[in-house]
Amino acid sequence: MMTSDEDLATAAAAGDGAAFASLLDRHYDRLFAFCFRITGSRSAAEDLTQDICAALPAKLASYQRRAKVTTWLYRVAVNAAHDQRRKRATYANATAGWGDWEINRTAANADTDEKLDWLITAMNRLSDDLRDTLALVLDDMTHAQAAEVLGISEGTISWRISEAKKALRALKEQEDMV
Amino acid sequence: MTDDLNDLKAMMDKATPRPDAARRTANIALAQKNFADLQGSRPELRPTSATGPKGLWTGVKTMLHAMTTKGGLATTTALVACGFLFLTPQAQDILRPPSAPQMTVTEFDRVAAPPAPLPETAAIQGATIDESREVFASPLPAPEPELNFANPSRPTTKQLPQIASDAQLGVSESAEGMMDLQATTAAPALRTAPSAAHSLTAAPEVSGARRVTAPTSQADDPAIALAPNTESFANADTNPFKITAEDPVSTFSIDVDTASYAVVRSSLSRGALPPADAVRIEELINYFPYDYPAPDADEAPFRPVVTTFETPWNADTQLVHIALQGRMPEIDARPALNLVFLIDTSGSMDDPTKLPLLKQSFRLMLDQLRPQDQVAIVEYAGSAGQVLAPTAASDRTTILQSIQSLGAGGSTNGQGGLEQAYSLADTMREDGEVNRVILATDGDFNVGLSDPDALKDFIAAKRDTGTYLSVLGFGRGNLDDATMQALAQNGNGTAAYIDTLSEAQKVLVDQLSGALFPIAGDVKVQVEFNPAQIAEYRLIGYETRALNREDFNNDAVDAGELGAGHTVTAIFEVTPVGSPAQLSDPLRYAPNTVAETSDELGFVKLRYKDPGASVSKLIEAPIIGNSTPSTEARFAAAVAGFGQLLRNDPYLGDWGYDEAIALATANRGADAFGYRTEAVQLMRLAQSLSR
Repeated sequence: MMTSDEDLATAAAAGDGAAFASLLDRHYDRLFAFCFRITGSRSAAEDLTQDICAALPAKLASYQRRAKVTTWLYRVAVNAAHDQRRKRATYANATAGWGDWEINRTAANADTDEKLDWLITAMNRLSDDLRDTLALVLDDMTHAQAAEVLGISEGTISWRISEAKKALRALKEQEDMV
Repeated sequence: MTDDLNDLKAMMDKATPRPDAARRTANIALAQKNFADLQGSRPELRPTSATGPKGLWTGVKTMLHAMTTKGGLATTTALVACGFLFLTPQAQDILRPPSAPQMTVTEFDRVAAPPAPLPETAAIQGATIDESREVFASPLPAPEPELNFANPSRPTTKQLPQIASDAQLGVSESAEGMMDLQATTAAPALRTAPSAAHSLTAAPEVSGARRVTAPTSQADDPAIALAPNTESFANADTNPFKITAEDPVSTFSIDVDTASYAVVRSSLSRGALPPADAVRIEELINYFPYDYPAPDADEAPFRPVVTTFETPWNADTQLVHIALQGRMPEIDARPALNLVFLIDTSGSMDDPTKLPLLKQSFRLMLDQLRPQDQVAIVEYAGSAGQVLAPTAASDRTTILQSIQSLGAGGSTNGQGGLEQAYSLADTMREDGEVNRVILATDGDFNVGLSDPDALKDFIAAKRDTGTYLSVLGFGRGNLDDATMQALAQNGNGTAAYIDTLSEAQKVLVDQLSGALFPIAGDVKVQVEFNPAQIAEYRLIGYETRALNREDFNNDAVDAGELGAGHTVTAIFEVTPVGSPAQLSDPLRYAPNTVAETSDELGFVKLRYKDPGASVSKLIEAPIIGNSTPSTEARFAAAVAGFGQLLRNDPYLGDWGYDEAIALATANRGADAFGYRTEAVQLMRLAQSLSR
């Protein structure tokens, strides 16, 4: 019975404000979660989500019915994250998000799950490309869908995921040694 | 390693915080504000240095980036194969086909002229139409825009009136801009003269018009204020309880429209409760086919059945359920039909749920027509034009081709089109045949309707000459439900809203005979309640159909038509004398007007005219106390409750969606087409949305 996302997006692109509102309402939480995964910080994720929301109406014009709305939305998010990173000067700044998160987290909760520490370190280790890809795949997207979002081939996605796994495995071995 | 990923995913899910509620609201509001700001003028996305101009080098880099070994091998192999095919004489023979190339021949291709090379404007129109085709994939791959030019019966100077009407609208743009657009390639023209593109691309024009006419009455509700639309609905305040001693008589016209139900469904399925004014309870009730007892062959064309039973939402009151079942005449013996389709092809119709759906709907309907029926098509956009001269329904290919050739563009001129449609209908008129104009629109009468009353009078005058009008509404956002209702009521026709192909199936196929063949005209209902038995009463729905008490016996006053096989249901909620539910105290000094006591709760009088007759006939039936309600009556009561919930009517007490759903579910009956099941789903949706 629900109107599909695609119908809503088409209606919104044609100027239907109600359709736009319900579309955004449906996807906001998922969008925020994704922003968190690629930024690694709650405040950065809120900011990124705000940027995306502000720009979304203008971007709607570029929505093509061929694509699923989620795919399109992820692409918008990845591009926005890319723009944001570009604005920051250095790689150190770019990964500061996870660092902040680490500081805040330790301050708030001393005895955190060890696994979360591991997650933070792991995400920090990865390059931007690998982290974006991993975030998409961890968000229940298939390799093909992630490829569509990032505009690269499916093979590249698979390669990146295996790279990411390699990096994670190396990290684990490193930890085990210690 | 997949385990690792799963672990990681679990961790990630754990680490991901919930979005901050305040920020969420603020961000969504920001997006809506930006969205509203964008309406009216929608500039292109500004290119940023992040992406940069897409040059050959970037393209090659992207290609190399994306290329895998497999893809590379396939591409180079394909290059070599192509070289072989084109460069060697042996391979040229392979290319040459032994016979004529195979083509798929459709119903249209046989009659359509070979497609001419596309002019630029057609290319632009084609682009938008192609968009819509993806959704409503047409089973017949007819080339729509080409036919504009191939069909000789079409006016070839269509563009000129559009310029004129755009100028009237105040869109600042010169005729030269229009010519530029036609002469140069599409993209730059669209960029330099965005307003010139208005007549070709629907969305900006619609939103531009909305800005001007957006209603501001709801400005205090941010969600609605940010999403201006020009929908207007015909409705009135809910009928209040009336005190029988003061006002014992209720008079109204029947209503066989169903548009309100489809509008409610369309709203709910997109996740919003419908505006209360969009809910006309009698149309919700009358949407469903009911299995009431049919009239005998030699009786009146319809049969009233009156039952009284306990109100589901109030044990202390009763429902008086009045059901009319129209006779289903022999289908084979039906008179020939002369139908004039009057189709709105204004720019706003360029939407998958409008013109393409309309085309498909009419194709469905065409299958229901007989060889002796006649069809003509008139379109209105800027200036009215006859698309199809009266054609026998057996000539399917010609009719289908004309329907396919319709393309959206320009502004609407409802009246010019109506006049032409009626004059066409007059030429088709023959004795004993049924004449009807079927107006299909998204409700846009934005040009030429200086005086709505004059238009109604025009339709009413034509109705008296025997040509009726039905209105089919399409699409949301622009729906002028009030005008549609007014036109259909004045034209002795039905107003239906078509939001899906299955609704088109219901209106134009399953219930076509009812929509097109009136069996009784000007059907009025008058109910007089007995003050000795009934203290208070109220009519549920029919707010827009109320008549004056004296209108009942006045044959000059128009009322609703009953179509072949139609059922009409009217429900009163009555409070018996002495019931604790009585809202008003009995008067201490009232004269005792009830001379004799009768067991009857009231008396129903019905007036109708045989089709074409000018003198009405009378049917009467008493309302007797408690009787056992049928499944049909119970379902109607559930729908009446649902409608009141949607309208937030105050009479339901604690009775809510749960009870409505339970009552409707228990009384779905046979429900051969699933309409009632769908209604239960809508109730559940409304329940979730209303929390």
